[in-house]
Amino acid sequence: MSNSGWETVIGLEVHVQLATKTKIFSGASTTYGAEPNTQACAIDLAMPGTLPVLNKQAVHYAVMFGLAIDAEIGKESAFERKNYFYPDLPKGYQTTQLEKPIVGRGNVEIQMADGRTKNVRIHHAHLEEDAGKSLHEGDFRHGVSGIDLNRAGTPLIEIVSEPDMSNAEEAIAFAKKLHSIVTSIGICDGEMSQGSMRFDVNVSVRRTGTTELGTRTETKNLNSYKFMEEAIAKEVERQIDLIEDGGTVLQETRLYNGDTKVARSMRSKEEANDYRYFPCPDLLPVIVSDETIEELRRNLPELPDARQARFIEQYGLSAYDAAMIGSDAAMAAYFETATKESGNAKLAANWTMGELAARLNSEDLSINKSPVNAEQLGGLVARIADNSISGKMAKEVFEGMWAGEGSADEIIEARGLKQVSDSGALEQMVADVLAANQAMVDDYINTDEAKRKKKLGGFMGKIMQASKGQANPQQVNQILAQKLNELV
Amino acid sequence: MHNLTIAELIKGLQSKEFTSVELTQHFLARIAALNSGYNAVITITADQALKAAAAADQRLAAGNAPALCGVPMLHKDIFCTNGVRTSCGSKMLDNFIPPYNATVVDNFEQAGAVVLGKTNMDEFAMGSSNETSFYGPVKNPWATDCVPGGSSGGSAAAVAARLAPGATATDTGGSIRQPAALCGITGLKPTYGRVSRWGMIAFASSLDQGGPMARTAEDCAIMLSCMASYDDKDSTCVDREVPDYSATLGKPIKGLRIGVPTEYFSEGLNPGTEQAVRAALAEFEAQGAELVEISLPNTGLSVPAYYVIAPAEASANLSRFDGVRYGYRCEDPKDLTDLYSRTRAEGFGEEVQRRILIGTYCLSAGYYDAYYGKAQQVRELIKQDFVTAFEKVDVIMGPTCPSPAFKFGSKGDDPVAMYLEDIYTIATNLAGLPGMSVPCGMVDDKPVGLQIIGNYFDEARMLNVAHQYQQATEWHSLAPEGITAPDGITATERAS
Repeated sequence: MSNSGWETVIGLEVHVQLATKTKIFSGASTTYGAEPNTQACAIDLAMPGTLPVLNKQAVHYAVMFGLAIDAEIGKESAFERKNYFYPDLPKGYQTTQLEKPIVGRGNVEIQMADGRTKNVRIHHAHLEEDAGKSLHEGDFRHGVSGIDLNRAGTPLIEIVSEPDMSNAEEAIAFAKKLHSIVTSIGICDGEMSQGSMRFDVNVSVRRTGTTELGTRTETKNLNSYKFMEEAIAKEVERQIDLIEDGGTVLQETRLYNGDTKVARSMRSKEEANDYRYFPCPDLLPVIVSDETIEELRRNLPELPDARQARFIEQYGLSAYDAAMIGSDAAMAAYFETATKESGNAKLAANWTMGELAARLNSEDLSINKSPVNAEQLGGLVARIADNSISGKMAKEVFEGMWAGEGSADEIIEARGLKQVSDSGALEQMVADVLAANQAMVDDYINTDEAKRKKKLGGFMGKIMQASKGQANPQQVNQILAQKLNELV
Repeated sequence: MHNLTIAELIKGLQSKEFTSVELTQHFLARIAALNSGYNAVITITADQALKAAAAADQRLAAGNAPALCGVPMLHKDIFCTNGVRTSCGSKMLDNFIPPYNATVVDNFEQAGAVVLGKTNMDEFAMGSSNETSFYGPVKNPWATDCVPGGSSGGSAAAVAARLAPGATATDTGGSIRQPAALCGITGLKPTYGRVSRWGMIAFASSLDQGGPMARTAEDCAIMLSCMASYDDKDSTCVDREVPDYSATLGKPIKGLRIGVPTEYFSEGLNPGTEQAVRAALAEFEAQGAELVEISLPNTGLSVPAYYVIAPAEASANLSRFDGVRYGYRCEDPKDLTDLYSRTRAEGFGEEVQRRILIGTYCLSAGYYDAYYGKAQQVRELIKQDFVTAFEKVDVIMGPTCPSPAFKFGSKGDDPVAMYLEDIYTIATNLAGLPGMSVPCGMVDDKPVGLQIIGNYFDEARMLNVAHQYQQATEWHSLAPEGITAPDGITATERAS
């Protein structure tokens, strides 16, 4: 790599949309994907004379995040106005927190692929409102921009880390860990493609061994791990090339287009807005009582680390499997339901991480949108576990379930896939095949003992063919070996 | 009928001496005949008013109608009225028709009050003379070459000219009390948080407060009982029971301790105004009140602190007027910056632009601590002055403003001279305290106002104190010439 002799320093600012039913300062719905401007009320439109009223649930969600990262909770936080003009910012200011955020210093432990762990310090997290969206291209009329204010006023927490990450892998591990935490405690739906989590990445480089931080740039609004990785790689390379060529890094805000893979400067420090923050006079300080904090702490859903430990302990999963499944709240819930339904944790884990995850991935679906629900998968796993069907049949049944043909049992029944495990029937089947293939039997007998095993496959094929694939392969194997050995 | 007070109109309506429709027609006719001389009313809602009056008459006939049922009123054009243009005195909102009511408007509507129309005001409530209105200045009914005061000049002039028995108003730095004083009527700015700000177009959110204007304290009490309410749509509205302010009128004021701040009788106070105010104080003394000399040492800092805080908040509050979603939009904008800058340059008047610039400057990086931060500290000191004073006294009294109504244009070139018009009223807004103005004399044929400042949520006491004064004096019943007083006695004659 060209960046030997260089160290990278990365800090993240993460915007997390809170999964409240209504907006942070109005009663309008936050549901994603509605027709433009159908979910924006007079307050969201900043009509004259309208006033904000704080959504208590948003405050509770922010406190829950603070508790999840073991942070100081701001018992008296306050909102400020961040002033700038933009058409998708109806009031001409964003209501946010600056001096007194709701969540203070905290810690997030991240784990890398090689098992190494690292602590990332959280500087603070604050509550704020999301802006609307400007629609400039494509589906909009030429030369005119559209504004959709459905998103305006959606509650966010902005989580600001210390610059504790030193490469893209760590940054992504941190991003994933935050995703895991916020979805586990149920404060965010985690739908990154819908903008539920967005990452601003602050990157600087310095010569290995030096301690002073280099000038950083901020690449804004990345909404996938892949884009984050690409943007960091590009930016690190750009900064190192720049310095090595005798230039200097300018403090600036940058954009990375994940589709075109092009990064560009958005504005320099000199062009940066003077946001003229001041306390919002329309909102009172937010007081969170000790009782509320304790109640939220008592009711805090299981955190990913605890869940992973429990999966190892309770279900006997490997550390790797526990981490894979336990880090994703939705996947963990899916797995637990499938396990309960099937009574076989190991198989349920394999199917959840294997066939299901692969299929969801290839069709770009989240587990919540899976056509095969956890009960259905559990039903399938149960039939594998009790030897009703073979692994091969199971894949066929899974396909059927994915296509919406019903439960595993219904599909097994409808397609006649039931595995034959009755030993009497299987013995008869084996005996018939041996009787019908005397030449193969003679060949087997005349083969060296050491090489005979290889010949078994031929018989297996015939038997499976005769049973239309329904014979239990393990049992057939056993019976076949026994019968042939009797002939030797 | 137009010389009757709200209290008298209520009696007349309930005893069927006249109907609300008759009353409404009478006031609509007066507005039609006289308003052009004052420019106090900028939107007349005759059809809606007559419909509301007919409905009020039905409620009155059925019995159990609320106190204000059938009483005609005017709303300052800062309160949003569903389906009726709400301009805030600005070109920016000349075409703005809100799809919702201010809570204050709702409260009067539910009480069955009849809204005749909307009153003129300084643009976005920024002004002390009503000269900044997009709809032209309001003329003072007592002297039509003089200002009515501002920003609620339209409401004050309308009540003084008997175009309505009462009107709503707002006060950010004196905008109820100063025009009340200059137009010879009674006006009350309640404690911050007493009246909901929902639907009241914001100037400076931490200072704005709606309140009533009428001819008497008794009428203000009736109006405030309706106007004040807890409103969960306004986070700064205080959840506290609204008393029946009329019920506590009539208490003797013997033993009342009246604080008289030295700083309110210093340089710059018109001698005639001082004389009138001193005479009023003597009247209270005669009724058994005790005058206590007090000091509000930070009074001098209130104007500079106010002219940092109010413009700072305004600079953000008025950012929403960007030509994107409603209101004025410039013709053929070249690009986004052009849209913003021309919309705001063309849509806002000079005073509004001046205050936006002052506020923007005060909040800018590098200046915040020196201006906004310091002003907030001063605000705390001013508040503390009052807290200390109210340990010793029940109410504080002084002049509402330094002198009677001034001529149009006389302070036009000097914004600072104009800002000093509010020197006695601004401190109460910074402290969040209630204040009122009651007519207490005449100087050069123009009214003088006595200011009564109360402790937090002590409006009932203030209204009673003012009512007791008005029981013993006649200043509040004087009517300007040209509007035909019932007994034919002109204001000047009565005063002498």
